[in-house]
Amino acid sequence: MPEPMGFYTDTTVCIGCKACEVACKEWNQLPCTNGGVNTLSGDSYDNTRRLDGIHWRHVKFIEQFPEDRKDGRWLLMSDVCKHCVHAACLEVCPTGAIIRTEFDTVVIQSNACNGCRDCIAACPFGVIDLNPVSHVAQKCTLCYDRLQGGMEPACSKACPTQSIQFGTIRELRERAQKRVAQLHQNGENRAYLYGADEKMLGGLNSFYLLVDKPEVYGLPPDPKMPTRNLIPGSVFAVLGAVMVGLAAIFNLRNRGASQERKMRP
Amino acid sequence: MNPAPSSTWFTAAPHWQWLIVLYFFIGGLAGGCYFLAALMDLIGRPEERPLARLGYYSAFSCVVLSGIVLSLDLGRPLRFWHMLIESNTYRPMFKYWSPMSIGAWALLVFGLFSFLSLLGALAEDDRIRWPALRTISARWPALRKLRAPSALGRVIAVLGAIFGIYVAGYTGVLLAVTNRPIWSDTPLIGMLFVVSAASTSAALMILLGYRFGGAMPGLANLHRMDDWVVALELLVLIVVMVSLGPVFRAWLNAWGLLLLLAIVLGMLVPLILSWRGRQLRQLNMATARVLVLLGGFLLRVVIIFSSESI
Repeated sequence: MPEPMGFYTDTTVCIGCKACEVACKEWNQLPCTNGGVNTLSGDSYDNTRRLDGIHWRHVKFIEQFPEDRKDGRWLLMSDVCKHCVHAACLEVCPTGAIIRTEFDTVVIQSNACNGCRDCIAACPFGVIDLNPVSHVAQKCTLCYDRLQGGMEPACSKACPTQSIQFGTIRELRERAQKRVAQLHQNGENRAYLYGADEKMLGGLNSFYLLVDKPEVYGLPPDPKMPTRNLIPGSVFAVLGAVMVGLAAIFNLRNRGASQERKMRP
Repeated sequence: MNPAPSSTWFTAAPHWQWLIVLYFFIGGLAGGCYFLAALMDLIGRPEERPLARLGYYSAFSCVVLSGIVLSLDLGRPLRFWHMLIESNTYRPMFKYWSPMSIGAWALLVFGLFSFLSLLGALAEDDRIRWPALRTISARWPALRKLRAPSALGRVIAVLGAIFGIYVAGYTGVLLAVTNRPIWSDTPLIGMLFVVSAASTSAALMILLGYRFGGAMPGLANLHRMDDWVVALELLVLIVVMVSLGPVFRAWLNAWGLLLLLAIVLGMLVPLILSWRGRQLRQLNMATARVLVLLGGFLLRVVIIFSSESI
């Protein structure tokens, strides 16, 4: 059994070249027509817009410039499926199409998915969407086919600055912690790791080094499992059923015919 | 930047649209009508059996329609059976912690019970004009045993009613067991859907009662019950709004207006019509029930689309 594998994305060295997006599309044979959208988004250099069924990598461009433009910075981040240890999508999938692989990654089997879209609603990061060609839910597979062949995923292989690093989770976490320490030493005290420990959904097998609040990068500050609502939701639904049952029993039980006469036209 | 009121704002919409709204509505009618019909069989008077029969007919029609609508909504409709059988291993597919998984099974089992009750109801219906269906009552009188007061009929009615109310309510729990705005920001939508299914089902049965039987015995009871349940629905909806907390601002827009319309037209006006209508004629009573149905539908439209639009 291989060790858990994943990505560590150091956003501080991303240059926004989108080589990861291109490599992903090439290897996974995803359409490059942007779903027929050929207008520019107007949102910085980001015309990918979001992760979905045909965009499994998405480089985000966040421009932080004050009005006078004396100071400022770019935040660049290559977003991808987080391959959560406690995966919301896998949990709710009613067909068993979503599986955990031997590499501890989360993969949607396209031949089993029937396109119910429960996983799209469940994912706390908005990663999954229907592929308009296959009509089933699709997302990053962490290049499951390449991993099985002993290769690294296409995106990390293509990344020219090692912003996206692939490896065992244990090793990646060590490397990331060293990098945070180095940044702190150099005065960048805002650097921290997002999802690199068990506190967030049991650990994100694709975790990030960020230098601003998660919300700034479009990441939820406290992602949760959908099943948190299962017990309370069910209890309240049963309570509703009891109330309806009481109302029905009280009103439908045999009371004689006296009431009926009033209702006759 | 306008801070998001909840982490659910960072998620993607699953494109659950009109077909799902329709399913939530008719699935609720299927479960609710069966529940009411079964209760009328179990605790009502014998004269109410024709009205209960209409409930079984509606339940079966709606559950069949539900299955079709749900399958059509899938990205790959022909793979609907993947919900029940694991397509790679051909083993049964069941996850008790996934409402959609249990719901698929519940719909199947409920479909079976509503089919049995349909047969039981057809077997004692001598007013049917369609010859193919008439043969059921003529040739197989034993099918009447499928309906209470026989022991078998009672078992079917109780189990069918439980699955029926489950089908009516699980959809709300399904919405809660996601990470989407509004749906997963309150655990109360399942409760709201159960109550709303009961109110709309009683309304449908009353209208069918007027249409097919004039003043059928049992209608007064259903009227009274529907008033109670509509009032309860309003109360639960208010609790839902309060429970949303800061997320309530997602309804401070056109969807909120539509919700207000659902409350006024679908709950308040029927209650007033009913309250003032002790002496009112059938037309007003029927109008009240049409409005309850409309309100139940609008409620689902708002709940689904207000989240989809975020």
